[in-house]
Amino acid sequence: MIRLPLVLFLSAALFSTGVYGVLARRNAVLVLMSIELMLNAVNINLVAFGAALHDLTGQVFALFVITVAAAEVGIGLAIVILIYRNRATINVDEVNLLKW
Amino acid sequence: MTGAEIAFVVIGVAAVVGAFRVVTARNVVRAALYLVVTLSAVAGVYLLLAAEFVAWVQILIYVGAIVILFLFGLMLTKAPIGREALDNQRRGVAFLVALSVLGGLIYLIQGAFDWDAARIDPVEGSVAAVGSSIFSRFVLPFEVISFLLLAALIGAIVLSRKEDRP
Repeated sequence: MIRLPLVLFLSAALFSTGVYGVLARRNAVLVLMSIELMLNAVNINLVAFGAALHDLTGQVFALFVITVAAAEVGIGLAIVILIYRNRATINVDEVNLLKW
Repeated sequence: MTGAEIAFVVIGVAAVVGAFRVVTARNVVRAALYLVVTLSAVAGVYLLLAAEFVAWVQILIYVGAIVILFLFGLMLTKAPIGREALDNQRRGVAFLVALSVLGGLIYLIQGAFDWDAARIDPVEGSVAAVGSSIFSRFVLPFEVISFLLLAALIGAIVLSRKEDRP
């Protein structure tokens, strides 16, 4: 027996920590890690609401989100390594080829 | 407070402390290792919510695969050490934005749910139940997501291949 708002507070705390990381970090790999924190917060919400509504759909969607996160990290790190190979830096504020 | 809630609070504090260290650590490898703490704690939360299969998938995919991938990425890009090298200049603005997001979310949550009425009675989350749910109601998304994984695999190979080889 767990109160639902307690779980949602944990999820909100993880999400805002991820928001801080995405905004404050300049190393691209650390930005990707912060995005993982935000995705985990969403997964906690999905599983918690699924358990509260007695429905397995939340767990299935959490599994889908985990799969998409794995694909995202694979592609993201490939892009980061490519940028490092071309520009010798992965600081997101120095990669400004598309900046107007 | 029930026993499950006390266990939840302990695990949740571990998750939040780990997440905080992920976004403030001055050493990138330490940030990756604190990410392991957070992800394992989240797996513990899934176990407390009786989502057994999701918890083991979390351990296998996140702690086993994604963190290793992050460590490889850090190794291949020679990440520097130090606060100025890892954070940008607008930490204060970022902190304010994150704090307002947290405040807004907490305000909305405590307004939307009754503290004593909204309780979770964990449902059966066995592998058999989740599997039959995936393969009866969610067959098409399952196939789409396997296609997405194939596309991501090919994309990662194409992106990270050296240019001069044909």
